[in-house]
Amino acid sequence: MPAEIELLYWDGCPSHPQTLADLRAALAELGRRDIEITLTEITTERDAAARAFVGSPTVLIAGADAVPPPAQEPTGLTCRLYLRRDGHASPTPDPADLRDALRRLLPPPAKES
Amino acid sequence: MPFAIGALAPSFILPDTYGNQTPLRDAGDAVTVVVFTCNHCPYALAWHDRLQAVARDYGPRGVRVLQINSNDAARYPRDSPEAMSDRVAAGEFSSPYLHDATQEVAHAWGAAVTPDVYVLDRDGRLAYHGAPDADHHDSSLGAQWLRDALDAVLDARPVALAETEPVGCSIKWRF
Repeated sequence: MPAEIELLYWDGCPSHPQTLADLRAALAELGRRDIEITLTEITTERDAAARAFVGSPTVLIAGADAVPPPAQEPTGLTCRLYLRRDGHASPTPDPADLRDALRRLLPPPAKES
Repeated sequence: MPFAIGALAPSFILPDTYGNQTPLRDAGDAVTVVVFTCNHCPYALAWHDRLQAVARDYGPRGVRVLQINSNDAARYPRDSPEAMSDRVAAGEFSSPYLHDATQEVAHAWGAAVTPDVYVLDRDGRLAYHGAPDADHHDSSLGAQWLRDALDAVLDARPVALAETEPVGCSIKWRF
């Protein structure tokens, strides 16, 4: 069973703290404080290939990439290129894309009995 | 470690994307901006247009801007000389884009990330080192730290903020 949210990162890129903050803000906005975020460091090219890691940061929600990369994107230890909704290049996903992905991919909250 | 503010910059001659051997110091006493950058890094791409605008705006004031790619193209094919030439041919650069294939220049300058920005005064001494401005996400900042440094150097004033923390992707060294 995959972690509900897994943030894959490579320490050679300084962008994952911002993405972690954006994820926490989005979860709070959606009222999903029940969701845990697991941080996983990718340290080798072999790990990157094994995890289909195309760059740091990569956000997996219920095992699916929050912002799916282009087909055939090579894996590796690198900073990941995202495009913001205004078209600008960015080292982090657009927070609006994160919110949309959370709505789309997260399982519904468990009902209290 | 980068060389210190006020120190003479290490000299170099590097090829541009047309094969022209390009020296650090060309027109004698020009104020010079050196930017270590690359093709694949999202930080370099986020700041790219702001840096090209600086090259366009300050060129008529006698400022020379040199952009250098030092990344290992074997590990990062998007930083290959061919990919550099493609970007230049597409009109993405407002000043020469140089290839530091041996990475000796990046090592000599202590460059660590892309983008990493250096301003040299008319004597070739370091007057500013750091990021273009405070936020790669905010294009309205317009590389203001770099512009402030250039304005000061061109007016022969001390640079008020001579050092900032460069932010970006690590330079991809050869193993």
